[in-house]
Amino acid sequence: MYSEKVMDHFTNPRNVGELPDANAIGQVGNPVCGDIMKIYMRIEDGIIEKVSFKTFGCGAAIATSSMATELVKGKSVEEALKLTNQAVAEALDGLPPQKLHCSVLAEEGIRACIADYYKRNGIEPPFEIESCTGHCETCAKNGTEH
Amino acid sequence: MSTKFVYADNAATTAMSAAAVEAMRPYMTENYGNPSSLYSVGRRARRGLDEARAKVAAAIGAEPDEIYFTGCGTESDNWALKGIAEAKAKKGKHIITSSIEHHAITHTLDYLKRKGYEVTYLKADSNGGIDLEELKSAIREDTILITVMMANNEIGTILPVKEIGAIAREHGITFHTDAVQAAGHIPIDVKDMNIDLLSISAHKFHGPKGVGALYIRRGVRVPQLLHGGGQERNQRSGTENVPGIVAMAAALEEAVKNLEENGKRVSAMRDRLIAAFKDIPYSRLTGDPVNRLPGIASFVFECVEGESLVLSLDAKGICASSGSACSSASLDPSHVLLAIGLPHEVAHGSLRLSITDTTTDEDIDYIIETLPPIVERLRGMSPLWEDRLNGRF
Repeated sequence: MYSEKVMDHFTNPRNVGELPDANAIGQVGNPVCGDIMKIYMRIEDGIIEKVSFKTFGCGAAIATSSMATELVKGKSVEEALKLTNQAVAEALDGLPPQKLHCSVLAEEGIRACIADYYKRNGIEPPFEIESCTGHCETCAKNGTEH
Repeated sequence: MSTKFVYADNAATTAMSAAAVEAMRPYMTENYGNPSSLYSVGRRARRGLDEARAKVAAAIGAEPDEIYFTGCGTESDNWALKGIAEAKAKKGKHIITSSIEHHAITHTLDYLKRKGYEVTYLKADSNGGIDLEELKSAIREDTILITVMMANNEIGTILPVKEIGAIAREHGITFHTDAVQAAGHIPIDVKDMNIDLLSISAHKFHGPKGVGALYIRRGVRVPQLLHGGGQERNQRSGTENVPGIVAMAAALEEAVKNLEENGKRVSAMRDRLIAAFKDIPYSRLTGDPVNRLPGIASFVFECVEGESLVLSLDAKGICASSGSACSSASLDPSHVLLAIGLPHEVAHGSLRLSITDTTTDEDIDYIIETLPPIVERLRGMSPLWEDRLNGRF
């Protein structure tokens, strides 16, 4: 059900682990829903010099974290903010429909991390952090929020 | 990719036994006739069918005319529940069940609820057991059916079916049990266990897929499932799946013959798995530690997600399964794991290893050496794990 690319990024995830000199950290997801992504970045002069992640979740959650960090590495913050969940899913040669929420989470993780960078620099993030998009039935049922 | 292959998902399905394959072969070749035909090739098929019925009946302590062949365990469950609901509708519309039934039961009951029936779900304790006193107090004037599984497919807990059957009989209530995961693995005697209807499925005990049976005790009336040519004593029309039925009977006969010996050997291997994984921190066995199916070892590992475990094991050549949300189409973890009181976030980390008589000690060794590093690796990349270790929850 997973593409070879997904399996590759699940089995050999890129950029995994904490980043000791991170100056931005963002976390999205909820253990109740079964996935949490934590993104670490080292941003210098508006460029994402280093990026890494830690993820609790399924194969797709780990693969989308891995791919999303690959896609924003070396990019400017502005470019990284243009990353969409579709781009993450496409770069992985697609995801099964019930796993698309994992790519949404990856996009949100990147944005949450950059928002943290803005806040640490005393700037109100000039964009919205989307909270739960309603993809997760568990959240809807339990009334909990991402 | 590993060249090693260990199939540890026998609760999902099993390989057919050599005896079952051999038994079915003549019914696909020289004995291909329609059992309803009068000439010799049809008569040979009829004889095969009759013998199969007698074998299946003997395996569960029933009479041959109490066995009805179906297309699968799900069909047997559907027929039993909808059939009794319809037959007894005048008496009442209340049904009692457990909280850990297979979807073939729960979703059929959901359908009946939409048709105006009322369902009481008995609570499961932390081992998956039920309280017989709660069952007694749930019984009402209009209770028509109790359906409780013989053994659970996800956590392996064996339920007190005999006692439940006695309570049902005392109150004049029909009792059905889904024995799909139990048949061929633990002893069954429908008379001794006070069972009115019982579902089995061939592919769970080394028979073929696409064939099952429903035991209906003499005297219990259930409406016809399929209308047509009058097969299965007019109750379930449709030309019989003779090769499948013959193979099911051969598989069940063999399983029951070796039940005690296999049970001991398989339980011992299961207990090795349980003992080995007990020492992984923040993990636990799910289901009853003692009163469980010989072949099912089921666990939860906190801070890892079950589908990741299954995929990682697959990369090492081990087939296993998980009740985590992400391993299914829905986003909820298994209702069984939630019913035994596991929080959502813990239920996501479930893993079921289900073994059988063809599993070897070397297979168990390989699982024991392969799983712990996988759990460690996934925890190493889990943000929950650092929180757990830092005592943040």
